[in-house]
Amino acid sequence: MSRKQQVPRRAPVLGADADDTGCPILHVDMDAFFASVELLDRPELVGKPVIVGVSGGRGVVLSATYEARRFGVHSAMPMTRARRLCPHAVVIPPSRGRYGEVSRGVMEIFHEFTPEVEPIASDEAFLDVAGAGRRVGRPARIGELIRARVRERFGITCSVGVAGTKFVAKLASQQCKPDGLLVVPVAEVVAFLHPLPVAALWGVGEKTETVLRRLGIRTVGDLARVPEATLRRELGSAAGTALAALAWGRDDRKVVPHAPDKSIGAEETFAADVDDPEVIRRELLRLSERVAARLRAGGRAGRTVSVKLRRSDFTTISRSRTLREATDVAKEIYAAACDLYHAAGLERVRLRLVGVRVENLRPAESVSRQLGLGEREVGWAEAERAMDRAVRRFGEGAIIPATLVRRDFDDPGTVPETSEL
Amino acid sequence: MKFRVDRDVLAEAVAWTARTLPARPSVAVLAGMRLEVTDDQQLRLSGFDYEVSAQVTLDIQSGEPGVVLVSGKLLAEITRSLPAQPVNLVVEGSKAVVTCGSARFTLMTMPVEDYPSLPAMPPPAGVIGSDVFGAAVAQVAIAVGRDETLPMLTGVRMELEGDKVTLASTDRYRLAVRELRWQPEQADISAIAMIPGRTLADTAKSLTTGAQISIALSAPKETGEGMIGFESGGRRTTTRLLHPEFPKYRSLLPSSFSAKADLTTSSFVEAVKRVALVAERNTPVRMSFREGEVVLEAGSGDEAQAVEVLEADFHGDEIDIAFNPGYLLDGLGAIDSDIARLEFTTSTKPAILTGGKPVEDTGVADYRYLIMPIRLSS
Repeated sequence: MSRKQQVPRRAPVLGADADDTGCPILHVDMDAFFASVELLDRPELVGKPVIVGVSGGRGVVLSATYEARRFGVHSAMPMTRARRLCPHAVVIPPSRGRYGEVSRGVMEIFHEFTPEVEPIASDEAFLDVAGAGRRVGRPARIGELIRARVRERFGITCSVGVAGTKFVAKLASQQCKPDGLLVVPVAEVVAFLHPLPVAALWGVGEKTETVLRRLGIRTVGDLARVPEATLRRELGSAAGTALAALAWGRDDRKVVPHAPDKSIGAEETFAADVDDPEVIRRELLRLSERVAARLRAGGRAGRTVSVKLRRSDFTTISRSRTLREATDVAKEIYAAACDLYHAAGLERVRLRLVGVRVENLRPAESVSRQLGLGEREVGWAEAERAMDRAVRRFGEGAIIPATLVRRDFDDPGTVPETSEL
Repeated sequence: MKFRVDRDVLAEAVAWTARTLPARPSVAVLAGMRLEVTDDQQLRLSGFDYEVSAQVTLDIQSGEPGVVLVSGKLLAEITRSLPAQPVNLVVEGSKAVVTCGSARFTLMTMPVEDYPSLPAMPPPAGVIGSDVFGAAVAQVAIAVGRDETLPMLTGVRMELEGDKVTLASTDRYRLAVRELRWQPEQADISAIAMIPGRTLADTAKSLTTGAQISIALSAPKETGEGMIGFESGGRRTTTRLLHPEFPKYRSLLPSSFSAKADLTTSSFVEAVKRVALVAERNTPVRMSFREGEVVLEAGSGDEAQAVEVLEADFHGDEIDIAFNPGYLLDGLGAIDSDIARLEFTTSTKPAILTGGKPVEDTGVADYRYLIMPIRLSS
């Protein structure tokens, strides 16, 4: 990563307003991800050089703010070296749980735009937004929306590269960091690539770079002018062919959404910590409704329900339970979530955050339902599907469980008639 | 205290008593088996875990009265492995010495004075044939709930009305009901007992040494806590009753049907087993009943699929219905008949499985297995 970051910064001639026709691939990369997440809890450190990593012996830098990077600190650098380069940086040990949590939330934002999401690390992913055009807008517009939502929901920034191919999109996001967006129009790909050093290309490691340098090849442009046969001879046939293609911006790899939506969840941080079980349960209901609606919208159902409970001192516990059958019914998710909350023994404990998540997902059409004796034939599943239809027709909040109706909505004039369904 | 007894008699009695011993006793002495030689030259073995008690009395060849408490599990393992020779047990100080042929075991004794006294046998309520009872309990045991968070479904409900006994169990997804006759002490008895399902199944299976089982019952109101006792062939066992709460199941049994299918039980079982090979856990076998046949299917388009056509004597409205194959097979294994009869109303209403033709006098089969369908999402 380090050498690739030393790619000289181009003037932003391509810009965010460039022509994004034929550029459905987005590469979204969080800026200094771990460090940014840590700063959420340490606002006093914003604008200062901060390094996330385990200090001492063999520790390496996991992430560093741009203030620290200015001193030459970069990820995967031994911590001892980083401290020599930037002795006044604040070092924060990594708090593992948080990153996964924010990462999942960010990935969920991507899924709001397209199911074609290929995560490649906890802080970066490729998106193919070709199908989202009619619904949401052009690729560059989606990129801006994603950046805005990530900032709003998590208070951290990311950079987005927009291009016709995965590898150009990735190079583009590296070029506009931090907090930027860069479109590389199809017609500009070659002009964009050729001045870059060969090390910027995927598959060019230190060894390959040495070989290429021996051949007098320093930039992608140099590489492009070497006959493919020469490259195959020098680098082996697979690598030679691949590099020859990349040098001309050819990359036919598709965005492969592997195991999308391993889980769907929602969580809420209270404005002030809450210890009233009644309020907590109401929040669990609201979150269960939200999760169930998203499951149904995506045509999925899940068998495992988990709740997350964070105390006011930030200690967090998660509890989960696997149901007999997969569900997309809020009532059932809520029942499990309440049991888990009760079993966690945190009633009357001040909570800062609660979350509900459904895991172990599968397509809803493959889920069948074992009926129980004396059970009503038309149950909650049907009621909630009716709710979805009402929401689609009348908008969000058109129909909600009575317990979630706020006092100020009690005026009969403002309660939509559909709530009597 | 000492006794001499036949090896097989002892091994069988010890094994039976040891069944009820708790695997993880709440109090150490409960892991023990109490052995007592009575004045009338009998050996009495007892085990107890506060819920269930077991006691067996057997004749011995010779002995001196006395009591000793030893590890029940260890004694059971030892007696099972002894050679076919008379067994001697002698208490020497704090040790019990078991000899048999040339084998000799020394066991530590446990403090017998700490051992709780077993509950007294409740008053006798009536007598039932042990084979009939064993078979009937096995038929309802399959539908007993295993979910300990729903204790009311973990029991078998026994209704005693005059000379009629009704056993019923349900885990919410199926319901098994068996009616049979017995000889009550009082002709007008009317009582209900919720018996822990697993204990009842074990008891009924293991009390087949005598021809008859006497049932002893103290209903909950008399002693505060209900208890039932079973006694047969020198073996007696008691168990605490569960709270008598139970779903009102009679109203759940459909009384009219829109279709009926008679199938050969053995070929139906085989076909369901075959088709179910591709059904994942908790996923259904789908059945389409048409005149003269039923088509069984399982699996989905993305995965393996199976289909089989089976002859069926079918009357009524054609129906497509899906069941958990495990539930269906449980029922087919319990009807004890060459012909399996399924009766339906709709594909989301319970179906009733019975064996062959109904009993002549009442028109109702003495065993009914109700099974709730699985609703398909499409």
